[in-house]
Amino acid sequence: MKLNANIPAGPLTQKWTTHKHEIRLVNPANKRKYDIIVVGTGLAGASAAATLGELGYNVKSFCVQDSARRAHSVAAQGGINAAKNYRNDGDNVYRLFYDTLKGGDFRAREANVYRLAEVSVNVIDQATAQGVPFAREYSGYLATRSFGGAQVSRTFYARGQTGQQLLLGAYQALMAQVSAGTVKVFPRSEMLELIVVNGHAKGIVVRDLIGGKISSVMADAVVLATGGYSNVFHLTTSGGASNVTALWRAHRQGALFANPCFTQIHPTCIPVSGDYQSKLTLMSESLRNDGRVWVPKNGGDKRPADQVPDNERDYYLERMYPAYGNLVPRDIASRAAKRVCDEGRGVGPGGRGVFLDFRDAIKRFGEDVVRERYGNLFEMYHEITNENAYKTPMRIYPAVHYAMGGLWVDYNLMSNLPGLFVVGEANFSDHGANRLGASALMQGLSDGYFILPYTIGNYLAQNQVKRPSTDVSEAKRAEQAVTERLNKLLSIPGKRTPADFHKHLGRILWDHCGMARTEAGLQQAKQEIAALREEFWRNVIVPGSHDDLNMALERAGRVADFLEMGELLCLDALERRESCGCHFRTEFQTPEGECLRNDAEYAYVAAWEFGGDGKPAVLHKEPLVYEEAHMAQRSYK
Amino acid sequence: MKLTVRVWRQKNARREGRFAEYEVQDASPDMSFLEMLDVLNERLIRQGEEPIHFDSDCREGICGMCSCVINGEAHGPESQVTTCQTYMRSFKDGDVITVEPFRAMAFPLIKDLVVDRSALDRIIQAGGFISVTTGSAPEANSIPVSKYHSDLAMDAAACIGCGACVAACKNASANLFVAAKVAHLNLLPQGGPEKDPRVLGMVEAMTSEGFGACSVTGSCEAVCPKGIPTSFISRMNHNFLTAALKLRVHGPRG
Ligand SMILES: Cc1cc2nc3c(=O)[nH]c(=O)nc-3n(C[C@H](O)[C@H](O)[C@H](O)COP(=O)(O)OP(=O)(O)OC[C@H]3O[C@@H](n4cnc5c(N)ncnc54)[C@H](O)[C@@H]3O)c2cc1C
Ligand code: FES
Repeated sequence: MKLNANIPAGPLTQKWTTHKHEIRLVNPANKRKYDIIVVGTGLAGASAAATLGELGYNVKSFCVQDSARRAHSVAAQGGINAAKNYRNDGDNVYRLFYDTLKGGDFRAREANVYRLAEVSVNVIDQATAQGVPFAREYSGYLATRSFGGAQVSRTFYARGQTGQQLLLGAYQALMAQVSAGTVKVFPRSEMLELIVVNGHAKGIVVRDLIGGKISSVMADAVVLATGGYSNVFHLTTSGGASNVTALWRAHRQGALFANPCFTQIHPTCIPVSGDYQSKLTLMSESLRNDGRVWVPKNGGDKRPADQVPDNERDYYLERMYPAYGNLVPRDIASRAAKRVCDEGRGVGPGGRGVFLDFRDAIKRFGEDVVRERYGNLFEMYHEITNENAYKTPMRIYPAVHYAMGGLWVDYNLMSNLPGLFVVGEANFSDHGANRLGASALMQGLSDGYFILPYTIGNYLAQNQVKRPSTDVSEAKRAEQAVTERLNKLLSIPGKRTPADFHKHLGRILWDHCGMARTEAGLQQAKQEIAALREEFWRNVIVPGSHDDLNMALERAGRVADFLEMGELLCLDALERRESCGCHFRTEFQTPEGECLRNDAEYAYVAAWEFGGDGKPAVLHKEPLVYEEAHMAQRSYK
Repeated sequence: MKLTVRVWRQKNARREGRFAEYEVQDASPDMSFLEMLDVLNERLIRQGEEPIHFDSDCREGICGMCSCVINGEAHGPESQVTTCQTYMRSFKDGDVITVEPFRAMAFPLIKDLVVDRSALDRIIQAGGFISVTTGSAPEANSIPVSKYHSDLAMDAAACIGCGACVAACKNASANLFVAAKVAHLNLLPQGGPEKDPRVLGMVEAMTSEGFGACSVTGSCEAVCPKGIPTSFISRMNHNFLTAALKLRVHGPRG
């Protein structure tokens, strides 16, 4: 299989403009003849569905939550980047492009990242016009703040609820289209299969989660905006329903899965407190603007934080990375936290934690200012830990947060399966081996508002085949396969719950495929996952039936897919014998313990093809050819 | 902690429901309320029984999905928190805890603690948006907005759409939900042009969805996990009257 990224010719700065001139358009009068399925209503899906509706297409939008507004984008706290340069601090499109490419440790596709930076400014305009209440200065103009991996202040935010406010903007635009009759939303509906007809994605099989009805929905194109798969690790900052099912089902139908091992561990999460824990809560990276990270200089120092004098504290990020200090990118901050805890200097129960201290910020600006900036995060911290972070420092520890990997897409955001488009966190996207803070919201909305609506027209204009009906054998077979699988899950006379398998899988991955990965550990993880999967299909227990709301059954189906995907994640990590961004292979590090990249052999996107059940996946490589940027050794010192 | 949990169990909308009692032996004060239910559900599944169905997703108080009435209070005993951010430290060893769904005519029950809140989406469809086609937006800083108005709009926009206000109101009114959205958009200059049709449309939708009239008891504000104040309702009433008067004087085209 030859992978063609379809990157337009011409200079980097002109590619997108030229491409927009050159791609084919669908006549406005013809748009309503096309049906488009959009799975997912997060920032990427809601913005895409609303915009496609405005353009006149017939859109069917699906999500698993009870309302489109609850997609997990809602949880993003910190902010959204854009190269507006309102601060006059030297920002511009090129700098945002370069920061993002460098932050991703030069493993992203150059042309996509440049376009992302270019479009970012339109996203802020669009959101503001929709009524997103971004923070403002007393002057009435928009405020910004700094985020990790950047030396300029380009992050826009809406208190600690940037994701919720941006999502409400997109959701409200979607609701406007529903009332205009162009979009129909199907909440509490789960896509369980992709329907491929003559090599083109032409529909999906969905289960109505309330009544259990399984049906096929056909369309002229299918857009997946189903979010990230980080929940394969079980304990993450994602919502409970976040899953890999839509992507995995498409993968099994032929869509390539790119860079699955690029998963991000976020440095500032509330540490695990018990075995019953269902999720981990992120404390926004924006806190690192004013919070200082430290551990005691000496291992075993059990004194309360306020009794440790300054000269016995190790502000290790400031010490190791003086240029960026507490604002180094996430992968670096996470590994540093792991290192100091491995040295026995961690704080809190089990020694798996570091302090994030606001003492100095409170001294400098006063408690009120700190409250104004981060009040809701401090409250959330208090609710969870029962500790007052205005008085004692927060305790934080890294946790799995984001998936840079995802389905492979070309410059048009189309997968290798024609007619299947993938947007938002679900695609392998623009973040390479590590995503910078505040860049996911930017990407989701750029994809949905400004990129996909153009590029999908190009596909539709060139492929004027009649939309197949739900009677085609491909649809019938897919429906039948879904039903059989659900029946199978319900009939296994097992003893372990789906959640228990999920937890077990998460432990394997966290131990061997988390912040540090080794050849031996990954081999072991692969074997353990295969064994766990085998056990799952004979020892899971799922009560109830499939013609009713059945959350145990939903969970079981998702865990079954995670059990397949987790193995691919390990295989990808194993095959990438270098360290880059979040992918840290302990065998490949510099003398200072930083990532040792190997551009000569690994400057490619690893795109995996499903090999069949029980057969190994097949690796395809898309070489990363940079026309403008130079793959440099990352340094934040 | 040892607890007794009395939970509303109802297989689906067609069957009758009842309370069922469960003993929970091993709750920890640091567990969230929903994690306590998770632990109980794991036990039920292992016994081959259907777990207690309840909605949740983000589990950090922002998505608005969780929706339990705990001991008679929407979202439980603590003020300004959601069910998912309620922790077992708010209860005592030996407590009997009663858990029910959000009850309202406009929120039909689906199963156990799960209800259908799609009426709230339909209210938004009736005007809870600013019509700005993608691509037509002006440069973001071309319209300055005073920090006061922008902050106030943000206070209103903080609504997570959980519907606790409805569940707490003896009339099952959605006034606080509607008022918050009207205020969020009407306070901003961008929302100005559609101010009148917005408030008229949303209020009408609220009534036709079967939500009751304002009970003026303030119970909505008391349970709101985001502390949205009822002053937004007064603001909405004012907006509504002005818009309705204009409609009478000038007709639908203003
Ligand atoms: C706690 C947290 C904080 C974050 N903070 C920031 C931040 O400050 N800045 C930033 O830039 N990024 C942040 N991120 C990352 C960012 O929020 C996400 O990457 C982004 O919002 C993903 O958007 P999305 O539209 O791709 O997917 P999502 O918002 O996850 O939406 C996925 C959608 O797909 C639907 N879906 C999934 N599977 C199926 C299926 N099988 N069938 C039907 N529907 C399905 C879901 O119902 C949902 O509607 C944060 C992430 C988390 C978890
Ligand atoms: S689960 Fe999201 S608010 Fe409770």
